[in-house]
Amino acid sequence: MSIDTSRVAKTNTTAATAKKSNPVGGVAEWADDRLGLAALAKKNLRKVFPDHWSFMLGEIALWSFVVLLLSGVFLTLWFTPSMGETTYQGSYAQLRGVSMSEAFASALRLSFDVRGGLLMRQIHHWAAMLFVAAMMVHLLRVFFTGAHRKPRELNWVVGALLLILGTLEGFTGYSLPDDLLSGTGIRAADGFIKSQPVIGTYMSFLLFGGEFPGDVIIPRLYIVHVLLIPGLLLALITAHMILLVYHKHTQWPGPGRTEQNVVGFPMLPVYAAKAGGFFFCVFGVAAMMGGLLTINPIWKYGPYDPSKVTAGSQPDWYMGWPDGALRIMPNIESHFWHRTWSWNVFLPIIVLPMLLFTIVLLLPFIESWITGDKRDHHLLQRPRDAPGRTATMVALMTLYGVFWIAGGNDIIAIRLNLSINQITYFNRAAVFIAPVIAYLITKRWCISLQRKDRETLLHGYETGIIMRSPEGGYTERHLPLPTERAYRLTARNRDPDVLAELPGGPDANGVEPPRGIAGGLAGLRHRLRKMMYADNIQKPTTEELEEGHHHAEHEHELQAPMEGHPADGHQFDGHHLVEGEKLRADD
Amino acid sequence: MSNGHDSHLPGLPGDDSHDAAHDGHGGALVPEEPIPNPGLPEHVWRPTDVDAKAERRAERQIATLFGLSTVCVVLFVVSYVVFGVNGGADGKSVRTIGGLGASNVALGVTLGGALLFIGVGLIQWARKLMADHEIVEMRHPARSSDEDREETVRVLALGADESGIARRPLVRNSLLGAVGVLIAPAVVLLKDLGPTNRDVTDSQPYPGAGLEHTVWDKGMRVVRDVVGTPIRPGDLEIGDLVNAEPAMIFEVDDEGEPVLEGVPLQIAKSKGAVVVVRMLPGENKPAPGRENWAVDGILCYSKICTHVGCPISLYEKKTHHLLCPCHQSTFDLADAAKVVFGPAARPLPQLPLMVDDDGYLVAQSDFKEPVGPSYWERDSQQSTSK
Repeated sequence: MSIDTSRVAKTNTTAATAKKSNPVGGVAEWADDRLGLAALAKKNLRKVFPDHWSFMLGEIALWSFVVLLLSGVFLTLWFTPSMGETTYQGSYAQLRGVSMSEAFASALRLSFDVRGGLLMRQIHHWAAMLFVAAMMVHLLRVFFTGAHRKPRELNWVVGALLLILGTLEGFTGYSLPDDLLSGTGIRAADGFIKSQPVIGTYMSFLLFGGEFPGDVIIPRLYIVHVLLIPGLLLALITAHMILLVYHKHTQWPGPGRTEQNVVGFPMLPVYAAKAGGFFFCVFGVAAMMGGLLTINPIWKYGPYDPSKVTAGSQPDWYMGWPDGALRIMPNIESHFWHRTWSWNVFLPIIVLPMLLFTIVLLLPFIESWITGDKRDHHLLQRPRDAPGRTATMVALMTLYGVFWIAGGNDIIAIRLNLSINQITYFNRAAVFIAPVIAYLITKRWCISLQRKDRETLLHGYETGIIMRSPEGGYTERHLPLPTERAYRLTARNRDPDVLAELPGGPDANGVEPPRGIAGGLAGLRHRLRKMMYADNIQKPTTEELEEGHHHAEHEHELQAPMEGHPADGHQFDGHHLVEGEKLRADD
Repeated sequence: MSNGHDSHLPGLPGDDSHDAAHDGHGGALVPEEPIPNPGLPEHVWRPTDVDAKAERRAERQIATLFGLSTVCVVLFVVSYVVFGVNGGADGKSVRTIGGLGASNVALGVTLGGALLFIGVGLIQWARKLMADHEIVEMRHPARSSDEDREETVRVLALGADESGIARRPLVRNSLLGAVGVLIAPAVVLLKDLGPTNRDVTDSQPYPGAGLEHTVWDKGMRVVRDVVGTPIRPGDLEIGDLVNAEPAMIFEVDDEGEPVLEGVPLQIAKSKGAVVVVRMLPGENKPAPGRENWAVDGILCYSKICTHVGCPISLYEKKTHHLLCPCHQSTFDLADAAKVVFGPAARPLPQLPLMVDDDGYLVAQSDFKEPVGPSYWERDSQQSTSK
């Protein structure tokens, strides 16, 4: 056997110690040998994200979720999710000796006997408010700018699921301390559950482990709050992020920005620093709020007692709108075959939220059915450039707002010294009328803004320079927009000419229209298309733009003799220096 | 990206390279009209890029921010030690800052400061000192290439073929059926989450079990809700409203143990709570069959709202209206507690009253109809005739 062992050993030695220039490199190499992360990292570390303030809204939601996880873990170390009866002996003197649930006693302990416990409770609650609010505003941003269009419809669906789960997470969370306010909320929820036909009573008894209030609802809500929903939220947030990375972020149209590229700063180092820094900012703001702004002072409400209630009972703000619907619903109840149909509860609190949620979930699909647009869209639209869509969302926001106001009708009545009956009657009408008015105003407003854009493109912007003619007439000088700004205004698609489409007869290609249900749907779609497109103002064509420029030049020539020389006007707006310029005829 | 994908590229704004009939947008468009894309604007150097002084100043600013964060952390630890938690167990007065607990304010502000300084410092670093050249990355269509799709379809078909799932409907359908039936254990297992209404109504595991019953019974005294003292008709003046409970809630047995404890006590309270009002006997309009339910103008109604079950408490003496603070349902107590406003659909159930031998107010019987919110099985026809 003549194997040259010295060479083997030498090779091994070299390989084992190779290029270990520093400890970090060594760890990275060790990890990559086993995980092969470099292939993934090289693609994503320099991934480009476009810059715009509105892209930060979703980030607020993401970081408040992380704050919720951190502060929530702290709270679980002291909170006892039990409805076992105990007599309070802690340091809050006013409640000493009072019989209460262990959940409420431990929430008091967190507030008064654990240093930083109240701070964490308040950070947790404020972060929850921020979480839901940021998700909603993010949703509005996405819809108003058309970021929900192909290929991002499914990410919209994931986002909508996150919103409803976040709302449920908030409800289960503020129910846990078992104080008088949250207990009243759970009792109302029991009423909602019981209003459901056929299954209502069973659902209620299974959920509460028998009759309300039982002694299992707090532990059950606890596990839903700390495990079930957070797990789903985490999974969906991960999916949301993966899809975001896969599709690459949308961007605003502008010089150099097209449907095929994405322009911005790289993930490493700029976005890592900005987004990482922003996490600290969100956490910092939540901590400040937790330190300075009291929220949910459960010691003032006292422990839950099913025979008591506080006046002015209000849920957290994001539960306000279904509560408002419940308040303004007429008191209709039917009795058939010895059974009760509780429309006054079932419709506003079970059917309506599910219906509106379904509508929100389907918005991208409804829109693409109306537009028939199957292209990928990565450039955002300004809200004014999709007047029908913008108006639709504003109408939905108005509907939400009216319900939300109705949810505070008692507070409004007291503060503004109004009749609660009249507020309620007003809101009953307003839920139907206000969205229509909001739709019409928004649509016209958008179209006016479009008209203004077109005007500016064709005739230039107002310089503020007033010209006086020999006859004594005054005019304001208009100057053409800088190319980049003009390009930005024109970087959008033209809308289809819907008025040329014929829903009733054969279309332009001679194809007969469908009949029956298909025909009805086609007719509906045509009407919706007209609502969406017919009145919109289109960007000018090249010819129109040239004509506009000729017209402007002509005007400038006419004005030139007034000054003794043709002034381009840019002396006054900082576009070039005025030194050496002849600004007046007598210079 | 391979050349085969180019036909799937999304169009430029105003790009007409896509098929007009396919995308539903008619009309020919001139590419890039009316103004061609001027291309990326030139990079503008920041002061910190060209001025060494500005650069050093920015460096110092950022380092100061990080330093301030550490100062806040030190202050946080100091606050943790210095400020006792709100309200000491020794009964000493709570230390406050601006009306808020000193510990909470100090911890919150220092923690917030520590976090914010790091955050602002990092963002400042990114804005002032990190390279700010915009980078262009090309997009790829979200869809797979045609080759990938074809290959996937081929492999799927191969799998279907090799398993014979299409050729063997018996195997396939029996599998689907078996897996479908597996839902049954999952549903059945949840049954013991709680007894149903019928279970508790039939077995009566505690007094007044079931949605159609409460602990009220013939001869049970009406007692004040906090102290548990019984009420004589003479204790109430005209216009008074008293929150009351069934006496059983406060009763103790021979060994001094409460009769009701824990869950049965909570359930008894949640259904048994009542309001007792006194009005001029002439003011009350009793419903048919309830003529003898009042004692000297004293009436007793369930305190639980028939809307979604909040306890009702806001009474307006002059109009005899009782308002629910949750959703503002309003009941007229002088007119059999009928709903005069709001989302509740049914009157508050009335408890028939009488006076016992000792002269205290007692119930003639349990409520004649279920209290609280409506539910599916609730049979309103038996309302007052039970």
